Amino acid sequence: MTHATATANMMHPPAPAEPGSGVYSNKLGMWIFLASDVMFFTALIGSYIILRFGMREPWAAPGAVLNVPLTGINTFLLICSSVSMVKAYAAIVDGKKYFLRPVPGKLLRDGGLKFWMLVTIICGAMFVGVQVVEYFKLVQHGLTPAGFREGSHFAEVALADPAKYGAATAGLFGSTFFTMTGFHGFHVTCGVVSMLYLYFTKVLPEKYSPQDYRGIETIGLYWHFVDLVWIILFTIVYLI
Amino acid sequence: MTTEHVRPNYILIWGYLFVLTVIEVAAAFLSHIPKHWLIIILVILAVVKALLVAIYFMHLKFERWRLRLIFIIPLPLAAILVLATITEKIW
Repeated sequence: MTHATATANMMHPPAPAEPGSGVYSNKLGMWIFLASDVMFFTALIGSYIILRFGMREPWAAPGAVLNVPLTGINTFLLICSSVSMVKAYAAIVDGKKYFLRPVPGKLLRDGGLKFWMLVTIICGAMFVGVQVVEYFKLVQHGLTPAGFREGSHFAEVALADPAKYGAATAGLFGSTFFTMTGFHGFHVTCGVVSMLYLYFTKVLPEKYSPQDYRGIETIGLYWHFVDLVWIILFTIVYLI
Repeated sequence: MTTEHVRPNYILIWGYLFVLTVIEVAAAFLSHIPKHWLIIILVILAVVKALLVAIYFMHLKFERWRLRLIFIIPLPLAAILVLATITEKIW
């Protein structure tokens, strides 16, 4: 390949693959970032494990302090948003840029990129909203990063049943809980803001095509990773 | 951007994730499994769900090995980090 044709290929979609890695640089960059994010969350989860299981005193029982049904619904929302993200990706690969289109002989309309991206953004924003409500309720009832607030509801019930509510470890419980779910919530918020930006600058103006959908694929990888982290966090923070 | 592969049934994966989540919550609150077995079961279920997301939604199944390695290499490091902190308790 001559230099001229190589340059010409660089100028045109589909995006050129980086030599060596075989993928385009946006995607490679996102994967490397995700690899570093794996280590970031591992540091948080690892310190949570040692703090929790290194304690002689009991930790708060699952569901005693945290509202598991509410978070279960939230988990479901995030899984739904992950599916709608991958549907958005599949839609633009197939060249479906539109919002909804009727399909002859079918009751349901066919969703395009604009529809599935909007569903993803709404589900993501709802997840953050529910988490904010959860935080408000927890702080209201007395769970703070420093433990149970004096005179609060949790402080009273913990006095009556110290083992169930983990009275001795409430400070560690509060700080690890808010750190882990807070950093995850921050990731989700960043994802929603980025997707909103893409939605108005690229998706609505129909700048993506089956030849070039790098933005959708890259933000999709990020979004699925955030979902993946939540799957782990939900299990170890809420259920165990 | 390779699109020649057979596309997975995303709704089916969604169904798996949903069912596994329901099983997790039910096992944690409705069953009478001993605590240490419960922890092992819940962690395995969470890892299965995470793998479903990584393999199908993040398309790792359809990527080249050199890209998969970027994601796989930190995992043993993560395991070492967690195990190293756990041994703090043992010794």
